[in-house]
Amino acid sequence: MMAKGPDLSDHLPRRTPGPDLSDHLPRRTPGEAPALLARGVSKIFGTTKVLDGVDLAVMPGEVHGLLGANGSGKSTLIKTIAGLHAPEPGGELILYGQGAPFPMPAGGARRHGISFVHQHLALMPSLTVIENMMLNDLAVEQNWGIRWGAAKRKVEEIFDRFGLTIDPTARVADLSQSDRALIAITRAFDEVQTHGADGRGILILDEPTPFLPRSGVEQLFGLIRSVVEGGASVILVAHDIDEIREITDRATILRDGKLAGTVVSAEADRERFIELIVGEKVSLFKSATPAPAADGTVTASIRDLSADQVDGVSFDIREGEILGLTGLIGTGFDKVLEATYGAIPAQTGTIEIAGQKRPLTGMTPGAAMDTGMAFLPADRLGKAGVGGLSIAENIALPVMGRFRNVFGIDWAGIQDHCLELGRKYDIRPNRPALDLGALSGGNAQKVLMAKWLQTDPRLLMLDEPTQGVDVGARQRLFQALSEASAKGTAVLVASTDAEQLAQICHRVLIFSAGRIVKELSGSDIDKDTISQETFRAQVPEAEGHHDTQEVA
Amino acid sequence: MTAQSTETPVAAKTSRVNWAHIGESYALVAALIVLFGVFAIVLPDRFPTWPNVSTMLGSQAVLVFLSLALIVPLTSGDFDLSIAATLTISAMTIAVLNVRMGVPVGVAMLAALCVGAVIGAINGFFILFFRIPSLIVTLGTGTFINGIVLWMSKSATIGGIDFALVNWVVAKRFMGIPLAFYYALIMCLVIWYVFGFTAVGRRLLFVGRGREVARLSGINVDKVRFGALMCSAMIAALAGIVYAGTIGAADPNSGNTFLLPAFASAFLGATAITPGRFNPIGSLVAVYFIVIGITGLTMMGIQTFVQNLFYGGALVLAVALSQLVRKREEQSLN
Repeated sequence: MMAKGPDLSDHLPRRTPGPDLSDHLPRRTPGEAPALLARGVSKIFGTTKVLDGVDLAVMPGEVHGLLGANGSGKSTLIKTIAGLHAPEPGGELILYGQGAPFPMPAGGARRHGISFVHQHLALMPSLTVIENMMLNDLAVEQNWGIRWGAAKRKVEEIFDRFGLTIDPTARVADLSQSDRALIAITRAFDEVQTHGADGRGILILDEPTPFLPRSGVEQLFGLIRSVVEGGASVILVAHDIDEIREITDRATILRDGKLAGTVVSAEADRERFIELIVGEKVSLFKSATPAPAADGTVTASIRDLSADQVDGVSFDIREGEILGLTGLIGTGFDKVLEATYGAIPAQTGTIEIAGQKRPLTGMTPGAAMDTGMAFLPADRLGKAGVGGLSIAENIALPVMGRFRNVFGIDWAGIQDHCLELGRKYDIRPNRPALDLGALSGGNAQKVLMAKWLQTDPRLLMLDEPTQGVDVGARQRLFQALSEASAKGTAVLVASTDAEQLAQICHRVLIFSAGRIVKELSGSDIDKDTISQETFRAQVPEAEGHHDTQEVA
Repeated sequence: MTAQSTETPVAAKTSRVNWAHIGESYALVAALIVLFGVFAIVLPDRFPTWPNVSTMLGSQAVLVFLSLALIVPLTSGDFDLSIAATLTISAMTIAVLNVRMGVPVGVAMLAALCVGAVIGAINGFFILFFRIPSLIVTLGTGTFINGIVLWMSKSATIGGIDFALVNWVVAKRFMGIPLAFYYALIMCLVIWYVFGFTAVGRRLLFVGRGREVARLSGINVDKVRFGALMCSAMIAALAGIVYAGTIGAADPNSGNTFLLPAFASAFLGATAITPGRFNPIGSLVAVYFIVIGITGLTMMGIQTFVQNLFYGGALVLAVALSQLVRKREEQSLN
């Protein structure tokens, strides 16, 4: 695959986790220091320890994979290394054998030759490729005479070096998603080269592949290989096990904020990866109400729905059923909700709800509400509620018609109604005049849930309903969902959180590439099965034996 | 259960009086009273007299109308820079139809309102169909309308509008104050009611504060924005009628000088009564706060450039103040 150390054989299993990773690393030359050695990295958000003493070692010239389920801490780890989060005291960061400041000061990562490509690429679509390539330089350097000709030649030279055929004068908006990813990565690599001497440099790629077609992924991997040829290192965060096995030399797997293991990618099979990602934890207590009978009344039938990332999806949901939709990021499971509600346009599809069959093309949120649908988006203060307006105003929005008196809106009635809902859903503090934005994530979510539950919807659709919600509030939200489903509301939950789905769902549909590839129900619904199936969904055939080793 | 969650409505109302909040809400009212008091002391013979007060109240009714026109689209998140031009063309329509063509003043007034409606529809069409920022569209239409006004008036002031209009706007008085003031007050109350006590007002607010939230809550965002732009143009046309009645004539330029004061009042008003929100009562207070300041200074013999200092300064200070109220969040108009 790529330049790999001759002494991979000394990369032997070690059962004692500790900071002394240096002895068992795949070195190309004896005594070579790791490009990046992070030891004992911890991070606490609020009361949750999202990273707990994680170690990471990346050798020069290595492609290192970073895997884990959602919430396992991979993003937090790389963001901490890149200086976007401050770590808890006690961690250390060593770059090429020299101690580096940790937490990394602003701009420090760049000076140390670490460059970070975010999933959203940080390109400006309306500007040209040259302008985007020069963005970082333009942002930090004073330059009173930009020579566009020279800049164009430089960009062409870089593209040539990596065998890319992208027109530097094109607008980024006109390029394919794959080309954009390649531009972002070459830009980051070029930056690393400017700052790290002797081919040094560490490129961190945060999930660059979910939105790329297969050909784009291959191009991207080609680029990664040429990057490490010169001795730089790449850390690749990804969900797709096959891609990780294809491109990386070694991979570190995180689980629940702790190091689950580091494996040599070529020697670990899919099952081994899944085992490390999912772990062998006992599933949580299941709080769902009994599943509705299989011959129960169908609340909604969705047929042949296609939209952005969604490709011909059909399913039924019954009265009182809680149906989960899941998959890896980019598989389109979350877009199903938005397209059904008319929040994003659907290309094809119909829905049969409330005895009426209607096309999903041209569906609008207003029309969806009229048929008894409700949708709670994941973006809590961007799409679901307005943080600068009060709890009462947010709650009252969809039910304004109920609170009329001779003077117009009956604000006293709304106040009482909100206090009652606040008590029912345990909103703290229960003060309807307070701005929604002043509440914690969990309580804001209770308010927004109450906003829709009070309309007694036929079909309630929730996108990542417990994102950023603490465990206590989570149980209260689940209880509210159970109550609603007991009253006959059909609940559709899109989430990447297998644990949460296992706790509340009667049935779970697993998505891959915009299609439903697996349906789980009954006793199959537990956290591990959902997680495993989600990862397995990417490639249908199962693979062989466990002959890999684990570090730490 | 914690103390917080057992809180009853009664306890919430009586437990603590939020003095800081009250102070913030009525600071502008207090400032208005203080300013009035200062001028009353400095100019005891001329300032605190009934003729002066009633003139201030009556003559600035036009500005009240215009700032009320402005806060409607501002609440739904759009600027309307064409309101002053709409006011001018509305007044000029009345003058041209009534004086030059002999059309009865009532019909001329209706025509002026129709002109306002057309302008609102044009603004709405360009902003919503082509998705152009409202700032650009209304800047353009405003200038365009000014051109039309100069053309239809042949750049001349047209006097001699039917005295019935003047009579019903400024000549007739109730409790010594010209009727124009009461019209403005009624308009203010209507908007206050719509903003606070109707579903339309709520939709307006949500469209302005969270367009995506509004859309996903089933609100037809474009319809609301279109309605708001229609409203602002129609109220601006009403302001034009009041303006024509106030001076009994129409001139092609002076109406435009109301644009900045209207913005200043709208933004200054948003720091009062319900801080952080554009509100009609606040705008009313702001208009008269500015008017007292300018009238007082003018009476003290300070030159007319002070007007510009006062309006311009008030606008920037008002926005700065309202940003402090919002804890310096990034503003997202447009």
